[in-house]
Amino acid sequence: VKVAVLKGGKSLERNVSLRSGARVEDALARLGHDAVALDVGTDLVERLLAEEPEVAFVAMHGRGGEDGTVQELLEILGIPFTGPGIAACALCTDKALAKHALRGAGVPTPAWFAFNQTAFRELGAGDALGGLEQRLGFPLVVKPSHGGSALGVKFAASPSEVPAALVAAFSYDDRVLLERFVDGRELAVSVLGSEALPVVEAIPAGGDRYDFEARYEIGRTQFVCPAEITEPERSAVTEAALGAYRALGCSGFARVDLILGSDGPQVLEVNAIPGLTDTSLLPQAAEAAGLSFEDLVERILELALAPSGASA
Amino acid sequence: MTELPQPPPNRRRAHTRTRDLERYAGLFAERTGVMRSSAMRDLMAITARPEVISLAGGLPDTSTFPPKSFAAQMTRIAQESVAEALQYGPTEGFEETVDCILQVMGAEGMLPDPQDVIVTTGGQQAIDLVCKTLVDPGDVVICEAPTYPGAVPVFCSYQADVLQVECDEEGMRIEDLEAVFAQLDAEGRRPKFVYSVPTFQNPAGVTMSLPRRQRLVELARSREMLVIEDNPYGLLRFGGEPLPPLYQLDGGDFVIYIGTFSKILSPGIRIGWAVAPPPVMEKVVLGKQAADLCTSTLTQYFVREYFAEGRWREYVGSLAEIYRKRRDAMVAALREFFPAGATWTEPEGGLFIWATLPAFIDTGDLLARALRDDVAFVPGQAAYVDERGRNSMRLNFSGVDEDEIHEGIRRIGKVVAEQMELYGSLTGEHLAVDPGTPQRPPEDENVVPFRKAAEGGE
Repeated sequence: VKVAVLKGGKSLERNVSLRSGARVEDALARLGHDAVALDVGTDLVERLLAEEPEVAFVAMHGRGGEDGTVQELLEILGIPFTGPGIAACALCTDKALAKHALRGAGVPTPAWFAFNQTAFRELGAGDALGGLEQRLGFPLVVKPSHGGSALGVKFAASPSEVPAALVAAFSYDDRVLLERFVDGRELAVSVLGSEALPVVEAIPAGGDRYDFEARYEIGRTQFVCPAEITEPERSAVTEAALGAYRALGCSGFARVDLILGSDGPQVLEVNAIPGLTDTSLLPQAAEAAGLSFEDLVERILELALAPSGASA
Repeated sequence: MTELPQPPPNRRRAHTRTRDLERYAGLFAERTGVMRSSAMRDLMAITARPEVISLAGGLPDTSTFPPKSFAAQMTRIAQESVAEALQYGPTEGFEETVDCILQVMGAEGMLPDPQDVIVTTGGQQAIDLVCKTLVDPGDVVICEAPTYPGAVPVFCSYQADVLQVECDEEGMRIEDLEAVFAQLDAEGRRPKFVYSVPTFQNPAGVTMSLPRRQRLVELARSREMLVIEDNPYGLLRFGGEPLPPLYQLDGGDFVIYIGTFSKILSPGIRIGWAVAPPPVMEKVVLGKQAADLCTSTLTQYFVREYFAEGRWREYVGSLAEIYRKRRDAMVAALREFFPAGATWTEPEGGLFIWATLPAFIDTGDLLARALRDDVAFVPGQAAYVDERGRNSMRLNFSGVDEDEIHEGIRRIGKVVAEQMELYGSLTGEHLAVDPGTPQRPPEDENVVPFRKAAEGGE
């Protein structure tokens, strides 16, 4: 099969995407597919028209690649693609909208408020901040609504730390979330097709938070897969993850990040196109389920090429 | 229908499995734990996009080097010394390269013994070799705050305990350094060395004053402690009077000197050097041998040919003139576009300006925002081993022309103003600046804490 691997692009996660893409190309080559790597830029359509791939493997993260933009283009060109569809990508990428959808579907997610920059600039939302902070309690988490890999995510331990955290989060996006901080174990459930893969636990070395640096560096975060949790915990976590996957209309694959706190699992976010680098969680979960990286890539391709609806 | 398996079209290794990763991680040396890649590095990768105006690099301008002259030098090498230029060379470097180094150091008033000089693969390797020679895990190393961002990973990879001493407009605050010494004495610890870029410091752009230079050298002597003087920019002066290098003041007993051709000729040739007393040099040479046997012979030949033309000072002068204009353009743009509350240094040479914003702005996050407007700088955090510097940034004025500097600073100023306005609306503090309105606050308010006397000197 001729596969165009879309990678890179202009997002802040460009480097991660290049690593994901390179690894996918490798696997495709070993599987005997005809892989064409495309670093996504202004010539994307031209190159796709010239190459005429049968399917596109979207190995992009962040703005442009994970938010439905590239997916829309692929749909117009009639090229099937891996991962969730346009609507699911757009929804997963906007954490604020995603959380509304989760709450609507009864999937547990930490309490939050979302604002766009205009609210602060023109509508005086700053005045409402105090009340909201009280309702969420401290510490709280401030994060850009779009964006991945924990870029721009700040903890505020007290009200005085909130404005600077907001300014930082607004560096990445015009919309930000204030979210209740949930203390607990950091878990990720990757879903392939409609099946949940084994739960992965991320334990940052030295008690660091699971930040951008830890995510992509070998040896800085310890991953346990399958996570050492009790059977009832596992089933609650998996159920929440699958609920989130469905609530956001995902198909193909996605990764659901959760916190397992004292009140059970809470879904933090769903990544429409999870990382596929050497240290990424989806490949690790697949491996724990007995799927090699090649198996995983092959399965993702099958799901993309299956007639619509067959993957559910 | 079975076909013979096709060999993969490329020879990349099979992918790494989780178990392999864990196995590698288990094999890693302890020092890799402090060797950090970072989100910053990933952000910096984006600054390489062609549409980005990058004030982030430390690139000298190599565009004015005459191609004809380059061709003539390389042709001479091809005609006269091809076998030697393609061969290994001595670990210490060629005598002829050392002669060129003596000319460069002589231009700043230094007269080292040629025996004390080793040619290295860039100044960066000299830092590495000196650390390799002197630093055991846990040893105290002292440097400036902020310090050269490229030195931090070197210190970290040798697991040094890095202490940073604040700079002001006269460079490292030596009285603070003495306080650090007193503290260390009380703890029974002895620092291995003080690392300093005393002239047109990277990243702060400031120059250590003569009294401080003298005091630092005295301290080194009385405490029998080494000072590493890293001086890549000394000859790139376009204002004020030259000051004697630490090496000259000390005579080379307790000062190890690091120089480079990167900023006066080319960083691509990777040629730098270190000057150290013989017992230290002996170990540095052994370290160099282990690291890479010798510095590129081909580029050492290039340096020799280039210096033989006898016009190197003229070229350095022309670079300094280019950089002076660009520094002027950057300072003018900062005055025009940076809001009140921002401060910056006004260097008399070198490549960098250090700007500091109100404390609530994190320049790492600001960079993400700035990249959306296609402009980049180095967040201050890179110049510290701790949490300091988060509201500062290093701005390079040597790598792009005046128009780009003006436009780049305009774009950064815009996002800074935007964040200040937002913060003001969140806190009720009136920091807001009207975007697009040029701010011309009095210079005195603006140029702290690193204010250097107004252009033209003391």
